[in-house]
Amino acid sequence: MERRVAIVGVGYSGFAPQTADVSYKELMFEAATRAYEDAGIDPRRDVNSFITCAEDYWEGFSIFDEFVPDQLGAVLKPTCTVSADGLYGLVNAVMQIQSGLFDVVVVEAHSKASDILTYDDLLRFAMDPIYTRPLGWHAYALAGLEMARYLYDTGALEEHCAMVVEKNKANALLNPLASYGAKVSMDDVMASRPLFSPLKELDVAPLADGCVVMVLAAEEVARRLTDMPIWVLGMGWASESISPEIRDWCRAIYAELASQMAYDMAGITSPAKEVDLLEVDDRFSYKELQHVEALGICAYGEACRLLEEGIFDRDGDLPVNPSGGSLGVGNLLEASGLFRALEVVLQLRGEAGRHQVPDAEVGLAQCWRGLPTASGAVIILGVEREVGA
Amino acid sequence: MASVKRRVAVIGAGITLFRRRMRETGRELSFYAAKMALETAGITIRDVDAVVCGSAPDAFDGVHMKGEYLLDGMGGHNKPYVRVYVGGGTGVFTPIAAWWHVASGHFDVVLAIAEEKMSSCHPHPQKAFTTIFDPIYTRPLGPNLVWIFALEMQRYMSVHGVKKEQIALISVKNKRNALDHPCAQLPAKITVQDVLNSEVMVWPVQRLDISPPSDGAAAVVLAAEHIAKRLTDDPVWIEGVGWCLDSTYWTNRDLYYPKYVEYAARMAYKMAGIKNPPKEIDVAEPYDPFDYKEAHHAEGLMLARKGEYLKGIKDEDDIFARYGRDGDLPICPSGGLLGVGNPIAAAGLMKVCEIFWQLRGEAGKRQVKNDPRTGVAQAWGDLMQVGTVIVMRA
Repeated sequence: MERRVAIVGVGYSGFAPQTADVSYKELMFEAATRAYEDAGIDPRRDVNSFITCAEDYWEGFSIFDEFVPDQLGAVLKPTCTVSADGLYGLVNAVMQIQSGLFDVVVVEAHSKASDILTYDDLLRFAMDPIYTRPLGWHAYALAGLEMARYLYDTGALEEHCAMVVEKNKANALLNPLASYGAKVSMDDVMASRPLFSPLKELDVAPLADGCVVMVLAAEEVARRLTDMPIWVLGMGWASESISPEIRDWCRAIYAELASQMAYDMAGITSPAKEVDLLEVDDRFSYKELQHVEALGICAYGEACRLLEEGIFDRDGDLPVNPSGGSLGVGNLLEASGLFRALEVVLQLRGEAGRHQVPDAEVGLAQCWRGLPTASGAVIILGVEREVGA
Repeated sequence: MASVKRRVAVIGAGITLFRRRMRETGRELSFYAAKMALETAGITIRDVDAVVCGSAPDAFDGVHMKGEYLLDGMGGHNKPYVRVYVGGGTGVFTPIAAWWHVASGHFDVVLAIAEEKMSSCHPHPQKAFTTIFDPIYTRPLGPNLVWIFALEMQRYMSVHGVKKEQIALISVKNKRNALDHPCAQLPAKITVQDVLNSEVMVWPVQRLDISPPSDGAAAVVLAAEHIAKRLTDDPVWIEGVGWCLDSTYWTNRDLYYPKYVEYAARMAYKMAGIKNPPKEIDVAEPYDPFDYKEAHHAEGLMLARKGEYLKGIKDEDDIFARYGRDGDLPICPSGGLLGVGNPIAAAGLMKVCEIFWQLRGEAGKRQVKNDPRTGVAQAWGDLMQVGTVIVMRA
C-alpha cells in the first residue's frame, strides 16, 4: 500500500475479573485518556475519526453506538461502530487512513463481561435460531467437538493442550495486566473438571473486564508524533460460515485466509522465520495450536511437537502468547484481539516489563470472534530497523 | 488532511420487496438483494473481494452477533467480511465503509448489503427500541421512539412556525411517489386531511406521519475505477462520504436542527467539491422515517435554509412543484421510507440504490425529469444523533 500507517498511542484500563467500581464509560474514558497522553494528542483537535468495536448483546443495549462518543472525545466527529473484535476496528481504521480520508483515527474495544448476568444464554442466542439453537447445546459444546476432531486429525494429545495452559498461565504471572496467572502443571489441567469432553475447566479462558484504545496515524503525522511508531505491515480478515454443519472442524480456514492476506501485504513468505512473536487466540487451549498451524508457522499436526520442544515459550525461538493469552489474561470479548495488538505494541516498543521478549522487531496478533463464529483477523506490526543494524 | 486518490463507483444495485412480514429469513432476504445487485453489475460472487454487512439492532431478530448470522446469505463465506453499525444511519453507512475498502486500495470489488427483519420481534418491533435508552437516565421514564420524535417534531414546528398541514404534505408526496416503486409497502394516494384524521400516536405525531416497520434488504456493488470502466458504460461515482455522531445526551441539545447531519454533509460536500448544495444537487433522498424528518434532514443537508424547507408551501401543487419528480429539486422520488417502507438499514441503502438508478436514468416511472448528474442520499439514527451522507455523480 502506498500510505503507511502506524500505531502512535496505546491506552488501557480495567483488566480484572470484576470492575465494579467503574462503568463501561469510565473504563473507556480512562483507556482513551491514557492513549491520547501516550500519543501526545488532543482528541478534540487532532483526531479525525473514531471506531468502537462492540456487539449489542454483550452491552445490554440496543444500538450501543449511541453510548460511545462523549467519553472518547468524539462528539460531533465521524464516529462509528464495527460490530466485531477490536482487530477489525484496527483494520478499518487503517483503511480509512489509506483511503486518504483521514490522518488520525482512534480505535476502542472493551469488555464489561462482569456486567453480563446471562453469558451462556447470549452465546446460545448467537446460534442459528432454526437449525442449531433448538438442539439446546451450550455453545462451548462446539468447542468440545472441534477439539475432539482436531486431536483426532492431527494426532495431538489432550496433554498438549494442557501444556498450552501451563505455559500461558505461567507467562501471565509476569504480566501485571493478567488476572489469571497461575503456576499450574499439565497434570493439574488434566485433572480439572471435565466440561465438554475433551474440554476441561482449565482449558477454557475465564471472562475478564478491560478496555484498550489505540491511536493510528498516517506516516507523516506518525513521524511527527513519536520516535517509535509501530508500523502496520500487514493485515487480513476472513470469515467462514457460522453454520457448524458446513465448515471445517480441524483447520481454522478463517485464520489461514486472514493470515495469507496479511502476509501478502507485508511481503512475508516464511512467517516462522520472519515473525518474532505471536499473540493468537487461545480462548480454548487447543485453539492456540490450531491457530499457530493456520498461520502457517508449521504444518497441521506439528504445533504440538514445537510446543514440546519449547519453541513457543517466552524465551523460545518463537514466543506464542507471552502476555499469557486469554487463558492467562482472561476472555475480553470484543477487546480480545485489540489486547493482543496492545501486547505486540508493548513488546516491540520494549515496554513489556518482566514478560519482555528480547529483540522483537515483527509481531503478529490474531483474533477469533469466539463461539459460535468462524471469523477472525490478523495484523502484523513492526518497528523500523535502525539503519545499518 | 490528505486527499482521496482512488475513485470508486457503484456498478450494480439490488433490492427485495419491503413488507411487514416476509416469510423469508434475513439470510434469504440478503441473498436476493445481493443476487440482483451482482446480476445488474454483470458479475458473480466469485468476483467479489470483500463483503460489508449493515444491519440495525440485533434485538429485532433475537440473534446475537447478527452480522455473523447473516454471513451466509450475504456471500461472506471464505471472504473478508465485516458488519458496521451506526443505528438507523447504517444503511447509508454500509456503502461508505465499502467505499473505504476500495478507496484504500485493498480491494477492487466490494459488495455492500443492508438487511433488516423487524417482524421477528414480538409483539411489535417498537419493543426493541425500548432498549436503546440509557438504563440510568432515560429508560426509567419509559420512552419509546414515537415519544421522542414527537418532542423533536414539536420543537421543529414551534421554532420555525411550521404548520402540521405543511408537514403532512411530505407524507402525501412520498406515499404517492411510492405508487411507482415495485417494492413499496405502503404506497397510497392520500390527502393532507387523511393524515390529519389518522390515529394520534403521540401528539403531534399521527399514524400517517410515520413510516411502517418492514422486512427487506438492499445491496450495491462497488468497484475501483479500472474495474468499473471495464464492466459498465454508466458507472455512478461515489464522490463524497460523510458521517458524524453527536453526544449521547440528546436531552441536552436543541432538537430543532440536526447539526450532526450538517457536519456529515459538509464532510461529503467538501470531498465532492460542492459549494452550493441546492444548485449543484439534482436529486436528493433525505431520510424520512417521519414526514417532518424529510424537512429536518433537507435543512441539515443545506438544501434549504433552517426552517425554510416548507416555506411558502400550502398545498399539494406547491410541494410537487418544488420537490416532485418534475419539480425544482426532486426529493425522495423513490417514495422514501414513508411509501416504500422502513426496514431500518435496508431503507437507508434503498435510498443509495434510488440515487444510483436515477443517475443512470434507470428509474423507470420514478425517473426525475431534470437529467440529474449529482445526487445525495442520507440516513440518520441512534438517539437523534448520527448523520450519514453519500454524494454520487453520473
